[in-house]
Amino acid sequence: MERDFTARGNHDMGGLTAGEINRNEHDYALWEKRVDAIMMLLTNDLKIMTVDQLRKGIEALPPNAYDKMTYYERWISSITNGLVEAGVISTEELRSRMSKVSSEYTQEEES
Amino acid sequence: MTETSDHEHLHQHDPGHEHPPQPDQDDTITYFKAMEAAVRDLLIEKDLITADQIREKIEQMDARVPANGAKIVAKSWVDDEFKRKLLANPRNAISEFGHDIGPIHLIVLENTEKVHNVVVCTLCSCYPRWILGLPPDWYKSREYRSRVVREPREVLQEFGTNISIDREVRVHDSTADMRYLVLPMRPKGSEGMKEEELVPLIGRDAMIGVTEVTV
Repeated sequence: MERDFTARGNHDMGGLTAGEINRNEHDYALWEKRVDAIMMLLTNDLKIMTVDQLRKGIEALPPNAYDKMTYYERWISSITNGLVEAGVISTEELRSRMSKVSSEYTQEEES
Repeated sequence: MTETSDHEHLHQHDPGHEHPPQPDQDDTITYFKAMEAAVRDLLIEKDLITADQIREKIEQMDARVPANGAKIVAKSWVDDEFKRKLLANPRNAISEFGHDIGPIHLIVLENTEKVHNVVVCTLCSCYPRWILGLPPDWYKSREYRSRVVREPREVLQEFGTNISIDREVRVHDSTADMRYLVLPMRPKGSEGMKEEELVPLIGRDAMIGVTEVTV
């Protein structure tokens, strides 16, 4: 079976056993703050998305991806998915813009 | 955002809090960083958002620091009428400090000689960000979210907090629509202190409930 429908969701971890808490903290990076800002604009100002949609998108991530991705990586993946579903951006636009952004970044690094 | 609020990003009295070395800037591009840049670009191009709006939101976010919560707690320690209002109607009480929490419910949990409160979001990372800013990494971690509802006293001990066995420990699980702020007990030895002298004693972790305030 591909999936056990009787198991609790990967995000639903309250009460499970786990190891010692790592109390090191990182200062939020600018790109992480921008993800947060985009979400605030989409929900509070534009009302294109809701917090519940964000959460649903994050909870729908496959367990191995959820555990491997950082917090704001989960956010931007869910936000992007929500925007594609809402028809605000297309997957083609996203793909070409991501490759443009990455190649520009590489050129800047080399210059 | 002012210089002052930036500098108030002190991690007051949070023992064991460390920052690993940070690079000066984002100096690598990753798949998800590219995704953020692409989505932002596309939303700006479609006239849905502007770069200025992003900057404003980030400035608002940066202005939300635990010192804001500390001011609320300190006032409630010296002003019984304010404390009564804070516990009865947190939304109205904190609006006196200029914090607007929108449609979200906020509950203030008072620590007493009988009860110690601690806050978690087991499903994700819900947090009173209007008052305390963005949550610390450990608050969002699998270890904290899993364990604090199962063995709160052990978890508190990892934060150096020993709650005597005759005090009840209550763990409160936040949701997207319901956030909690712990009102710590005023520490012994602070009796003669003024409101503004109390503020720097009150750290973020005490308002989450994983530590207590000490002088």
